[in-house]
Amino acid sequence: MAEGEALSTSEVHGTKSDNAGIWLDKVSKSFSSPDAGKIQVFQELSVNFEPNKLHVVMGASGCGKSTLGYLLAGFISPDQGNVGLGPNAVRKPGPERLLVFQETALWPWMTVLDNVIFGPKVRGDADAREAKDAAQTLLRKFGLAEFADKYPDQLSGGMKRRAEIAQALINRPEVMILDEPFRGLDVMTREILQEYYLDLFEETRQTTVFITSELEEALFLADKIYIMGDQPAQILDIIDVDLPRPRDFEVTVSKKYLEYKEQAIELLFQSEES
Amino acid sequence: MLKQLQSTLNWRGFVAIFGFFLIWYLACILELPGFAEMANPLEVIQMFVREYAHDDHYWLSWVTSFQRVLYGFLFAQLFGIPLGLLFGTNEKFRNLFFPVFELLRPIPPLAWVPMSILFWPTNESSIIFITFIGAFFIIVINVFDGVRDIKREHLWLALSLGAPRRVIFMRIMLPSVIPSIAVGMTLGIAITWDVVIAAEMIASDSGLGRLTWEGYVSSTPEVLVIGMISIGLAGYLSTKVVNTIERKMMPWRRVKR
Repeated sequence: MAEGEALSTSEVHGTKSDNAGIWLDKVSKSFSSPDAGKIQVFQELSVNFEPNKLHVVMGASGCGKSTLGYLLAGFISPDQGNVGLGPNAVRKPGPERLLVFQETALWPWMTVLDNVIFGPKVRGDADAREAKDAAQTLLRKFGLAEFADKYPDQLSGGMKRRAEIAQALINRPEVMILDEPFRGLDVMTREILQEYYLDLFEETRQTTVFITSELEEALFLADKIYIMGDQPAQILDIIDVDLPRPRDFEVTVSKKYLEYKEQAIELLFQSEES
Repeated sequence: MLKQLQSTLNWRGFVAIFGFFLIWYLACILELPGFAEMANPLEVIQMFVREYAHDDHYWLSWVTSFQRVLYGFLFAQLFGIPLGLLFGTNEKFRNLFFPVFELLRPIPPLAWVPMSILFWPTNESSIIFITFIGAFFIIVINVFDGVRDIKREHLWLALSLGAPRRVIFMRIMLPSVIPSIAVGMTLGIAITWDVVIAAEMIASDSGLGRLTWEGYVSSTPEVLVIGMISIGLAGYLSTKVVNTIERKMMPWRRVKR
């Protein structure tokens, strides 16, 4: 029923719902803390993330990046304003907008396979065997086939990250939100995973909001970089990163990349001063 | 278990244990201050082999004490785990009943002895009740803390994947609190032995606690020592059993990379 509604509305707007962007419209959000009192994190913030693009949200830690991710995923609701996907406002978490958490959120008491098939299984999307087959295919693709029956604590940091991405992707979300997913990993693993995610994106062109505080990561991955400032959080600038795809690490020594980098650093400095 | 013993006992351990018995023996033989009335280890062993190893009454004391611990411990789990879960998940229930709980919690289990004897129809049920009290509050508090410590990311992830409430409770919340339940069990089994022994000394005519107390009353120090060693062994065995159950409850904790 709800799906039918979504379809008809999207027809009116002339967009396909599986092709929809995700947005915040005049969102205000405050938190109260015992020491600092009421903190206005967002004040009428509007952002629009286009479909099939890889958006990177960049800003210093504590500027409200994670809160932005939680709002998009529906874990927290705005005090005022709306969050939406395509033509519809959304109020609750749902499998069409999945977030990969900063620190691992795999359930330690389930095997990797059980973690991955949890979504399709609890929604009854597929029977047990279909879900298992799909999960195993995905795990094979992610180089985790041999680890299907292991528990998350038996996996390395990089493998956990891959398992979590698989756990989200099996649900075919319309939007992937990644909240500093590669933070805390060693440089090698991090670079491998960046390249890995980039390949995945270039293959699927899945609408992505990727939150990070690392400029190089942002430049390497992004179609668009949203530079975020704080108190209250706002998008200071948007950089269109027009680097050719598919990309690999050679792009990071190209002249264009370095120009973007300079531009971004300048913007970040300005945001620090203001 | 044998392997575990081997790993905790190397030759230094053997020397120390031997040394312990030797010093105990010498202290008794030389009648050092306080040791004049004591039984030395050889006397204890002789007494045990001659009069206790084949004595039904002695083994019945084991059974009696174990039964009391078992019932007290099981009832504490049976009522404590659901109550802890309720405190953790239902705010109205918590606001209503947690103050009463906190009012009763600081009362030491043994302070319940007289009231328990008045209240319960049989001696046995009052001892089991006191044992129950010993473990109950600890278990409730641990489970309650466990619920509050559930990572919000774990719940959010399940919510966004579309899990219904029942599934979230069974597959996310319950497994999350299992480690806390296990901590409650470890602490609970230790305290039930504490409580049962004391309660038996005060208010019972059976069990290992009573046996030990009788050793004192009848001025047979050998019996007193046999009782103490038996209680120590019983506690050790119970802890081992509980630890095994805990490992079974948390298969994901057993694995190391």
